[in-house]
Amino acid sequence: MQTFDLEAEGLRALNASLHALKGDTNTTAWEIINPRGSHAIAVGVDAPLDITVRGSTGYYCAGMNKLATIRVAGNAGPGVAENMMSGTVIIDGDASQYAGATGRGGTLVIKGNAASRCGISMKGIDIVVHGNVGHMSAFMAQSGNLVVCGDAGEALGDSLYEARLFVRGSVKSLGADCIEKEMRPEHVELLRDLLVRGDCDADPSEFRRYGSARKLYNFDIDNASAY
Amino acid sequence: MCGIVGLFLKDRALEPRLGALLTEMLVTMTDRGPDSAGIAVYRGAEPGKWLLTVQSAAPDRDFAGLADDLGAALGAAVTLREKDTHAVIELPAGKADAARTALKELRPDLRIMGSGESIEIYKEVGLPGDVAARFDLASMSGSHGIGHTRMATESAVTTLGAHPFSTGPDQCLVHNGSLSNHNSLRRKLVQAGKSFETENDTEVAAAYLSWKMEQGSDLGEALEASLQDLDGFYTFVVGTRDGFGVLRDPIACKPAVMAETDQYVAFGSEYRAMVNLPGIETARVWEPEPSTVYFWKH
Repeated sequence: MQTFDLEAEGLRALNASLHALKGDTNTTAWEIINPRGSHAIAVGVDAPLDITVRGSTGYYCAGMNKLATIRVAGNAGPGVAENMMSGTVIIDGDASQYAGATGRGGTLVIKGNAASRCGISMKGIDIVVHGNVGHMSAFMAQSGNLVVCGDAGEALGDSLYEARLFVRGSVKSLGADCIEKEMRPEHVELLRDLLVRGDCDADPSEFRRYGSARKLYNFDIDNASAY
Repeated sequence: MCGIVGLFLKDRALEPRLGALLTEMLVTMTDRGPDSAGIAVYRGAEPGKWLLTVQSAAPDRDFAGLADDLGAALGAAVTLREKDTHAVIELPAGKADAARTALKELRPDLRIMGSGESIEIYKEVGLPGDVAARFDLASMSGSHGIGHTRMATESAVTTLGAHPFSTGPDQCLVHNGSLSNHNSLRRKLVQAGKSFETENDTEVAAAYLSWKMEQGSDLGEALEASLQDLDGFYTFVVGTRDGFGVLRDPIACKPAVMAETDQYVAFGSEYRAMVNLPGIETARVWEPEPSTVYFWKH
C-alpha cells in the first residue's frame, strides 16, 4: 500500500506518480490522505490501480479514468469521473453537479445523492446512484445506463438519445423527448447486473424505465420548413 | 467565476475568531476571484449607536479631522476608526440620515460602503490575501460575516464594483453569477426611489432585496420574490443584522457547499474553503438545492 499525503507532497507529484505506472505495475494499492477538497485528484489514471481517497474532493476527481478503481471516502465536488473510459469510481458520500459527464465506459457508483446534471451527455458509462439525482440528469445522454435508487429531479433525460434510465422513486418531470418505457425481462436482467456492480441490494422489479421517444433527434420531413 | 464564503456563528465562544476563520476561507478562494475582494462583518450592536463604513481614494485628505467636522455639523459625539482606505464612523443612531447629508458637503469624494447597527464592510481591488491584510480582517470579531473574491465578467474592476454590496441598513449581498435583466430592473428601482453607485448587476440584486424589505418582506420573502423577478445565474449569500441567507437560481450551475455544526453554519463556493473550520470532519455537509431559500437567524 502506497500512502500519499496530498497536502505535503502536492497534486502534480501525485498525478505524475500515478501516470508513471503502467499496466504491469505491482504498486497497485494507493491511499491518498489529506485531500482537503483539492481539484483534479487522480485524474487521467491509465493502469489497473486500486486508489482510495480519504476525505472529500474538489472538481474533476478521477476524470478520464481508465482501468483503475478509485474510491472517494467522502463527498466529491463537481465533475467527478468526467469522461471516464473504463474502471470503477465509487463515491461513499454525495457527488456535486455533472457527475460522470460525457463518460464513455466503466462504472460510477454514488452511495449518497448526486446533484444536478448527473450523467449529462454520457456516452457508454454506467452510473448507479443509491440516493437521488438533481435536475437535468442524463441531459443529451447518448448511451450507457443511469440507475437512480431514489428520486429524480426536473427534466430527467431531456433531449435523450439512446441511454437507458432506471428510476425507483419519483421523477419530478421528464425532459423533452424522454418517455417511460416498458420494463421487459431483458431490462430487469440488465438492471440486476447493474445493481450488483453498483453494490446496491435494491429489487430490480421496483424500478421504472425511461428512454428516448426518438422524435427529437431524427430528422422529420414534416418539419423541413422550420429549418 | 467568483468565490463566496460565509460564516454564521451559533456558538458565541467562536465570535473572537470570526475574522480569522473567514479570512482563511477567503484566501482559499483566491483562484476563483483574484481581481478584488471584500468582506462584511456583523459585530455586536451597541444600543443607540450607528455605524457608517466609508471609503476614500485619498484617505489622508478625507479622514483627517473628519470626526470633529462631522461631530460639529451634527452637534453630536462622533468617533472614527481608520483602516487603510476605509473608516468606520460611529454616531448616535438618530443622526444617520443627517450624517449622510453632511458628509456630501464635508467630504464630497467619500463613498458610503454600508451602514447599520452592526455591519462593517471592507472591499478593495487586489488579491484577497492582500486585501485581507490591508484591513487586518483576521483580527475582527463578530457574530457572522460574508466574503467575496471577484473575477469580474460584466463591469469594471474597481473598489465600488467589488462585493459585498450594501443598499439598506445592515444588509449586504454577495453574488457569483451574472444577471441578464439588471438594466431593466435598475430602471424600475430608480423609479421606486433607489439610487445606484455602479453599473454592476449585483448592486441591482442588492437594491431589489432592500426594496422588497422596505415594502415589508423579511429576508426569506424577499429572496423568494427574487426567484420570479431576477433573471440570470446566481448563487447569492445575504446578510442582515441577525440573519444569513442563501439562494441559488433554478439552473444552479454556480457552485455552492454548506456545512453545519452545533457551532456554526458555513458557506463556501467549494468545500476546500471550509476544510480548516473546527469540527468540519463531523459537520453535516450538503449542496444547497436550486430555487430554495435557506435562512438562519440569531
